[in-house]
Amino acid sequence: MTLTAQDYIPRGYSEFVWAKLDSRLLILFGGVLGLLVVSTIVGTVLNGIATGEAARRVTDNLNARIRAWWKMSAIFALTLAVGKAGSLVLFTLLSFLALREYITLVPTRRGDHRTLFWTFFIITPLQYYLIGVNWYGFFAILIPAFAFVFIPARIALAGDTEHFLERAAKIQFGLMICAYCLSHAPALLILKIPGYEGRDSVLLLYLVLVDQMSDVLQYVWGKLLGRHKIAPNVSPNKTWEGFVGGVATATLLGAYLSWATPFARWQSAGMSLAITIMGFLGGLVMSAIKRDAGVKDFGAVIEGHGGILDRIDSLCFAAPAFFHLVRYFFVR
Amino acid sequence: MSARIHPLARVIAAVARGISGVQIRWQGCVPEPRQRIYFANHTSHLDFVVLWSALPFELRARTRPVAAKDYWQSGFRSFLAQKVFRAVLVERGTATGAAQDDGHSHAKGFSVIERLAEAMGEHDSLIFFPEGTRGTGEAIGEFKSGLYHLAKRRPDVELIPAYLENLNRILPKGEIVPVPLVSVLTFGAPVHGEDGENKHDFLERARNAVIALRRKGNE
Repeated sequence: MTLTAQDYIPRGYSEFVWAKLDSRLLILFGGVLGLLVVSTIVGTVLNGIATGEAARRVTDNLNARIRAWWKMSAIFALTLAVGKAGSLVLFTLLSFLALREYITLVPTRRGDHRTLFWTFFIITPLQYYLIGVNWYGFFAILIPAFAFVFIPARIALAGDTEHFLERAAKIQFGLMICAYCLSHAPALLILKIPGYEGRDSVLLLYLVLVDQMSDVLQYVWGKLLGRHKIAPNVSPNKTWEGFVGGVATATLLGAYLSWATPFARWQSAGMSLAITIMGFLGGLVMSAIKRDAGVKDFGAVIEGHGGILDRIDSLCFAAPAFFHLVRYFFVR
Repeated sequence: MSARIHPLARVIAAVARGISGVQIRWQGCVPEPRQRIYFANHTSHLDFVVLWSALPFELRARTRPVAAKDYWQSGFRSFLAQKVFRAVLVERGTATGAAQDDGHSHAKGFSVIERLAEAMGEHDSLIFFPEGTRGTGEAIGEFKSGLYHLAKRRPDVELIPAYLENLNRILPKGEIVPVPLVSVLTFGAPVHGEDGENKHDFLERARNAVIALRRKGNE
């Protein structure tokens, strides 16, 4: 057997750094840039014509959100340009910060300290490491099977039985949402879609773009036309008008973006519909958790938006659905 | 002035801020270059570092922690306390003696208060944990009397209550590895000594000033 230089390079290395800057990626980011410029102009104009304190508060918050969008888009663009490693680092960090916000809100006890250490420093990074080494089988079961039994076992070993089931369940839930579900977004990068090789990062951008645009459009439609609340006890800002308008326009956007994806136009519309509906449910579920904990936001790190988890709650729910739809229908 | 901050102190402060993700709220006072005693609830080794790092850079060089001599006087701990953070080490529980008639404990307690007042000098502020030891975080313990005697000894100094939230979950007593949750540090309005108020009432009022800074939800 003869070894070539290629054999000394770890498998998957070439795709690991510096994704080929696909033209579709550049065009999509050009579109995002255009949107940001337009919304900044609109925000400034609205700020100029707003009179009265209430209107002022809305436009101030709007402009804070737009400023944050500039930063978030820049960070995401940079990490996508670095390729798989960049995306994995970004999403590991997002999971870590989201989990931090979640656990801060959820009552844990002294006896959970070591369990939480494992959750933050071993299980969450391992989940992303498994994507890094393309180990799909382990990636898919690490948290639902192994962490699921590890967490109650570790708490039991610590010896504190007060609210035992609640504590184990709450930590597992946080790990599922913040690490497991979210990790399905960068996991798109390990899918081998015939005829779409080397373009996985475009698919990741497509998911994030449709998901976040759906959030924005639901917000905009809700502000413009919102009358009938969907679940007033859970989230006073979610209205039927916002939901229908947001889902419809985000689905249209997704259909239009089919040129960047391996999907036909109608397939892309279907994918976007799934992303937007799952995203809506994610926002609703995370709102319910916040109401239960008696808080408005998970944090305050993103100006105008709240915490990291407030921004990515929809993505946490949309990512696994999108990942498995693509995997089932487009990967052989 | 900044030259007095040990380089290791800056590193430790930066790490502690990262781990504790601390949100700082100045309620009832603003950071000012004047002599103060910051007193707070105590649940974690991180308490002092987080509180200290929350102060504006130029105030840090002028702010020293008060630490228990029995715990912080040997080996690496001593290096950290004395060389890095310029702590004022005092014997625990001795200040109580300052008010007693028994000559020996009176003298000893008096000398501790005297040493603290001296350590403050003309410019320095102190960080003080009047519970005397780290608690579990569920309730704030009774305050030891040092704060009262020090306040009487230095009436010119402002007493600022502070509440540290969640640090007991980030690094509880007995653990070495922190879990990086988000914490909140709230500074309150100055507590002033009142004429004719006895020790117990003053300490209770100071303790309530700290408790009052707890948040409801994440307002």
